[in-house]
Amino acid sequence: MTPDIDVDNLIDNMATEIDGFTSANSIDAYQLVGIRTGGVWLASRLQEKLGRAEPIGELNINFYRDDFSQIGLHPQVEASHLPFAIDGQHIVLIDDVLLSGRTVRAAMNEIFDYGRPASIVLAVLIDLGRRDLPIKPDITGTELALVKSERVKLIGPDNLHIQIQQINPK
Amino acid sequence: MEPSIQLTSSGRLKHFLSVYGLDNALLTEILDTADSFIEVGERNIRKVPLLRGKTVVNLFFEHSTRTRSTFELAAKRLSADVLNLDISTSATSKGESLSDMLKNLEAMASDMFVVRHSQSGAAHFIANSVTPGVAIINAGDGWHAHPTQAMLDMLTIRQKLGRFEGLKVAIVGDILHSRVARSQIRALNTLGVEEVRVIAPDTLLPQHVECLGVKVFRQMAKGLKDVDVIIMLRLQKERMEGGLLPSEQEYFRLYGLDRDKLALAKPGAIVMHPGPINRGVEISSDVADGSQSVILNQVTNGIAIRMAVMSMAMGGQNECKSAIREAAE
Repeated sequence: MTPDIDVDNLIDNMATEIDGFTSANSIDAYQLVGIRTGGVWLASRLQEKLGRAEPIGELNINFYRDDFSQIGLHPQVEASHLPFAIDGQHIVLIDDVLLSGRTVRAAMNEIFDYGRPASIVLAVLIDLGRRDLPIKPDITGTELALVKSERVKLIGPDNLHIQIQQINPK
Repeated sequence: MEPSIQLTSSGRLKHFLSVYGLDNALLTEILDTADSFIEVGERNIRKVPLLRGKTVVNLFFEHSTRTRSTFELAAKRLSADVLNLDISTSATSKGESLSDMLKNLEAMASDMFVVRHSQSGAAHFIANSVTPGVAIINAGDGWHAHPTQAMLDMLTIRQKLGRFEGLKVAIVGDILHSRVARSQIRALNTLGVEEVRVIAPDTLLPQHVECLGVKVFRQMAKGLKDVDVIIMLRLQKERMEGGLLPSEQEYFRLYGLDRDKLALAKPGAIVMHPGPINRGVEISSDVADGSQSVILNQVTNGIAIRMAVMSMAMGGQNECKSAIREAAE
């Protein structure tokens, strides 16, 4: 099912919040980094809204997942690509859905293998409010409460919208 | 059909012994995964944590520099601990049997064996006898197979030419004694090239080689016409002594790749060689170092391919171990 969430509207709000957050924290220059796949779609939309010319960074966190020892390697689609130096850089890290925080942990580990950023700001479209790790967003599109059998997915890259799917019990 | 020893029940890689038995989709997955690892090699910190805390044993019963060192680098870039065993200096020379030695290594909690052996089938033998959960990677066995070499060649072809469809590939030289050629022929056919050719004198061709899915040529002039890829094989000097060939000079005149013979192939054709090269025996220096040569790209790609098969096989073993744990609970 498709809940009544206007993704475009949320992206507008996130862009405004990124502006506000960075100026409140005296961050003059920063880079947008999206986590594949949904986070990259959002990052490129935010880049447009913010009128930025700099390319966005793209992270594929598969090599950093903490469930490799349980489930092995996910088939690879595309490699990570950070077209700028990380050392001393302020990073706005973007993902579509924040559930446990494990993806964000993996992404931060990966970023540190490229260099030492000055700071990382976390921006997510949807915060599901569960926390397995002490990671919470600085910028949130919206919060959403799901029942256990539901999961939420960002559908794209064109006409970005949110879908709530039922998980089939095994 | 008996389930493949290389695959889990869900079709994922758990050992990498041969390209036989692996379909186009799986070979492509290996190439795609390797592509992602190439990017890791360009980073500030050229390491990912996938095999952190795992122990990889390089078990080399036969001498090798390139293959062993790229396997070692690949394992280290995956954050594994690596043990290099040069068997000529180990206990087998004191009469310890292979299976006793393996049991001892397993007792040291090894998670993966990378095996190079002069006997065909050695890696299969070990895969059949190790404890579940330990992955075996074939780094070359006898005349049988050298699957990571074949896959790094496939990666290099895809990188340089962008596709397999419609390509004509010629493999030149000592096909008879070449595990590399056997693995390449299979991988090229599985990935769907238009034509695989072998070019060699009769004394260096296996019997019924055409049954492997190749067109056979005895002359370079005909065999190299219109090819997109030329793969030169190393000519082992001891073959001369065996009376299979008249002389090095004669061999180079007939089957060595020089600039004149290269001109017979398609313009822009790439030249490959698994190394180490014998300059002036199977390939001239100006071709080996020339603009169409991708020999050093092959070496770099070897690290990425080995990272890919090691992490995929370890992932498949993890899947098995999870199943064993669940069954025990």
